[in-house]
Amino acid sequence: MASLKELKIRIGSVKSTQKITKAKQMVAAAKLRKAQAAAEAARPYSGRLEAVVASLASKIAGGSGEGASPLLAGTGKDDVHLLVVANSDRGLAGAFNANIVKAALAKARALELDGKKVQFYLIGRKGRPVINRTYPGKIVAQYDTTGVKEPGFNQAQAIAHELTDMYLNGKFDVAHLFYSRFKSALAQIPTEQQIIPVKIPADADRNAIGATVEYEPNEEAILDDLLPRNVTVQIFKALLENNASEQGASMTAMDNATRNAGDLINKLTIQYNRSRQAAITTELVEIISGAEAL
Amino acid sequence: MALHFELVTPEKLFRSEEVYQVVVPGTDGDFGVLEGHAPFMSTVRDGAIQIFTSAGSAPEVIPVQGGFAEVNEKGLTVLAEKAG
Repeated sequence: MASLKELKIRIGSVKSTQKITKAKQMVAAAKLRKAQAAAEAARPYSGRLEAVVASLASKIAGGSGEGASPLLAGTGKDDVHLLVVANSDRGLAGAFNANIVKAALAKARALELDGKKVQFYLIGRKGRPVINRTYPGKIVAQYDTTGVKEPGFNQAQAIAHELTDMYLNGKFDVAHLFYSRFKSALAQIPTEQQIIPVKIPADADRNAIGATVEYEPNEEAILDDLLPRNVTVQIFKALLENNASEQGASMTAMDNATRNAGDLINKLTIQYNRSRQAAITTELVEIISGAEAL
Repeated sequence: MALHFELVTPEKLFRSEEVYQVVVPGTDGDFGVLEGHAPFMSTVRDGAIQIFTSAGSAPEVIPVQGGFAEVNEKGLTVLAEKAG
């Protein structure tokens, strides 16, 4: 059994850990509300843009087909896949980062089994060690978000710009984006989304806008204008969802940690009191038996 | 007799209201949208949107950047990267 002093030190250390987890939990809870509001505010734009692009794209794909932007039609190859993995910069968020990385690695394995080449583009720094260990030398670039407090449209624009440039220079053929979709503070769903070329949902309603719509200047020009913007917006959405998810995961994980620390403190305190009592009893017995011997 | 007008940016739903007329700076020239406008889609050049809450009232001007406008039976929706 540990000595009284050891127990006392142990209790003190668990208490200070609990203070940290408690503080982190409260910070995450405060940030969560803001992040969630931002993620929800961005939904109308991305949803509407997606709908317009889908209906325009299916219209053009159904019509001429050729001459469409490579962002829509693809490069004609399917060899090099770029996995864009969006992580956070900080830990203390439970399995949040691990889940995203796990989804990306599973996808990478599946693609390699199919004989494709896999490359990684990282957003945030938490995913790097694991991916670098599993696929050394496959990380082509990393977007640093350490200096950014909350994801803004400018970051999304910079990332999208870099990706589009790499794509048009033939560095890769297909890009998948991995992030965590925010469902609630308790549930975040690791999500994969193909961002380049744009995936047209099979059930896109071709008549959603009707045949009588006038286009200015014309369908192709509008689509050319909208496609790069769509990439930006999808990334922006992913960043916001990720941010909200991170705070949610962090809050839940830290809530658990705080509770566990409390349980541990109770257990240790009981143990401490027991050994103290045992020590006193032993001492008393010694004194009494000493007095009787006189 | 009102046009449903929405101005959406990536950050938020900037405006959603019933107005009389909106003048949008299209790439090929400004165009005004009243209620019952035929379905129409256009890219928007960087410029200012004018919103008339009623006939003859002074317009409210909102600068927009990187935009796209869609008119359908539900009204006018302007998607802009930056507004205000």
